[in-house]
Amino acid sequence: MLSRLLGPIRSTTGTARWLLVAGVAITGVFVLMALLAPWITPTDFAQRSVDGVKLPKLASPSGEHWFGTNDQFYDIFSRVVWGARTALTVIVLSVLFSLVIGVVLGLVSGYVGGWTDRLLVFLTDALYAFPSLLLAIVFSFVLSNALGGGVVAAALSLTVVYIPQYFRVVRNTTVSAREATYVEAARAIGAKDTTIMSRYLFGNVVQSVPVIGTLNAADALATLAGLGFLGFGIQPNEAAEWGYDIERALDDAQAGVWWPAIFPGAAIALLVIGLTLIGEGLNETVNPALRRRRLQEVVMPARGLATSGVAAAGTADGTEGER
Amino acid sequence: MPTKPEATATAVASDSLFDVEELEVHYDLRGGSLARLFGRDTGVVRAVDGVSFQLRRGEVLGLVGESGSGKTTLGRALLGLVRPTSGAVRYHAGQGPVDIATSSNRELRGLRRELQMVFQDPNAALNPSMDIETAVGHPLKIHGIAKGAELRHRVADALERVGLAPAERYMSKYPSDLSGGQKQRAVLARAVILGPELLVADEPISMLDMSVRAKILELMLGLKADLGLTYVYITHDLASAKFFCDRVAIMYLGRIVEIGPTDEIFASPKHPYTKALLAAIPEPDPERMVPRDLPRGEIPDAAKPPMGCHFHPRCPEAVAQCGWESRDLRVLLEEHWTRRDPAAYEREGDLVGSLDKLDTPAKEATLGTGSSAAEVHQLLDRIRGEDPSEPLWSGVEEVVEGPDGVSVRFKAGVDPALRQSDGVEVACIHHPVSVTLEPARGDG
Repeated sequence: MLSRLLGPIRSTTGTARWLLVAGVAITGVFVLMALLAPWITPTDFAQRSVDGVKLPKLASPSGEHWFGTNDQFYDIFSRVVWGARTALTVIVLSVLFSLVIGVVLGLVSGYVGGWTDRLLVFLTDALYAFPSLLLAIVFSFVLSNALGGGVVAAALSLTVVYIPQYFRVVRNTTVSAREATYVEAARAIGAKDTTIMSRYLFGNVVQSVPVIGTLNAADALATLAGLGFLGFGIQPNEAAEWGYDIERALDDAQAGVWWPAIFPGAAIALLVIGLTLIGEGLNETVNPALRRRRLQEVVMPARGLATSGVAAAGTADGTEGER
Repeated sequence: MPTKPEATATAVASDSLFDVEELEVHYDLRGGSLARLFGRDTGVVRAVDGVSFQLRRGEVLGLVGESGSGKTTLGRALLGLVRPTSGAVRYHAGQGPVDIATSSNRELRGLRRELQMVFQDPNAALNPSMDIETAVGHPLKIHGIAKGAELRHRVADALERVGLAPAERYMSKYPSDLSGGQKQRAVLARAVILGPELLVADEPISMLDMSVRAKILELMLGLKADLGLTYVYITHDLASAKFFCDRVAIMYLGRIVEIGPTDEIFASPKHPYTKALLAAIPEPDPERMVPRDLPRGEIPDAAKPPMGCHFHPRCPEAVAQCGWESRDLRVLLEEHWTRRDPAAYEREGDLVGSLDKLDTPAKEATLGTGSSAAEVHQLLDRIRGEDPSEPLWSGVEEVVEGPDGVSVRFKAGVDPALRQSDGVEVACIHHPVSVTLEPARGDG
């Protein structure tokens, strides 16, 4: 099963492969930072003093503080690394939540049809019509009252934004797959509706979901940073968050102190690029309209003198290059 | 032939597996978007229109007809995959008779152990993301019959029974790895793994390569002998029906027009439609390329079937009582104009006026206007004179000139029911022969 899933990825070629490799490499660095945060950072994310000695305010980057310190006496390198942990946790949670809810709702809506379908389509279309940042602000406002300003509340408020995308894709593919003969065959062997949805439709309608997931991950990060920048996201005492740090650094940046803003900003940009590259790479791999399979090279057994073969290949390459 | 239970026919007759009575399956037409918006009645298609027959235990019944004749819908209604509009489908199960037409979904799910189906397109009947072992074993799992090692064992048995041996080689494969014939074998394995009583096979070989067709039919006959199956074999291919079926039901526009033992029907077809179908079988003999008496025209719209006998507009043996009506007159006029030059068509077309009002089925048709009535009458007489043997004219009661034009009144038609005739049941006014007829074919 796994080899079946990984098959198309292994057979990628050209652009798709490079997009994937670059994306995975960039994202991998951030994943490592997130996992190893407690060991590679000199301070905790909200730590103002080390061994009773207070950290300097707005110290420029140096051997002691690689990225400098900010106006809250925090070590910026530690904030960036811990921020990677926050960002990835929120992304994973929100993508997971919206994926699960969106896919399940889409399956049920597409399969059951009728009024359930109409109502759900109407509701998700209404959600889709809102600007995503506005929707996230409203929900983080509502949820932070109920759940506090933590990582889970931020993830849930992003979840609401992305459910309609999964819902639409899954619902539409389900509507067309529902009429397939193998679904009728499943009914003919006595499968219940739940079995038909989970065993017969699910595997055939979720194929484009991973691509949406990775593309949404990049978007989720930008939205999270936007929330933090506006002061609605994760509260500063709960976790380090890049958007919040940039907001704090704005005034200093106007005064010529660049380091508190540039490092969290670069982190956001890099992670967004990494996730987008993975998404685009996967899209080119999975989407049959864009996919190009790598041709297996035919290796002919050596014959005669090896040097003459190399020479012939060289001239062939030369003429190819001249054209 | 050993597979034909002629000798035992009387003995098995009482042992019926299915009694279908007056079964009707109607589909609502969707109509235009405006009609849907205002909830207007857009009419129904009578896919199955009052079908009654008996299916005997252990026989192979063929449902034969053109596409659109309702044979597939009838097969699905037997299994409860399509909900009938009215009528009864009585299944004589081991624990007593059950009416499939009124069973709940829950009861139907239980009955699936005994009623199975094989589909036309093997490429679509298997879930593309499920391997063969899971797909074939899923019925056992769904009904909680086997799991684990026993499940695997029974799947292997079923696969080898349908000729996918060694089973280990096929179990981990996906449908996309198999050929059409292999897929159809896997579909058969899935259908028989529960040990069903009835198998509805919906054109099981029509999507397969010629070389594989006979093998699949042989396999199905073998499975029938081993497992004591009853088959309903849906097909448009008379040659395979002749080979495979004990009895054949010929369907036309949602009705059975003739049903009886295969040999009887192929040796002496009674219904004109059956005759036409048999005549349409190509003969591989260049000497016998005689012009065939094929039915004229196209299969009519099932939403508005012809009045009287549904086959009468295409029937070469039609007589006065077959149910002639306004739409037949339209076809006749249009056919007449195809033989005229454009100027004459122009003149006569203006004379008769719009033919659209003839599209509403009626026993009386009005043509032309009050002032042109005499001329229209003359025109009709002229057309009649060209081909007096046209059976439509025999069905005309009278032609009257009135204030609104010429009114053509048709005689009352008969919609023939299935009647016994020489060992088969046939729905035609000519059978049994004892029914008295008016002289057919007008003056001819």
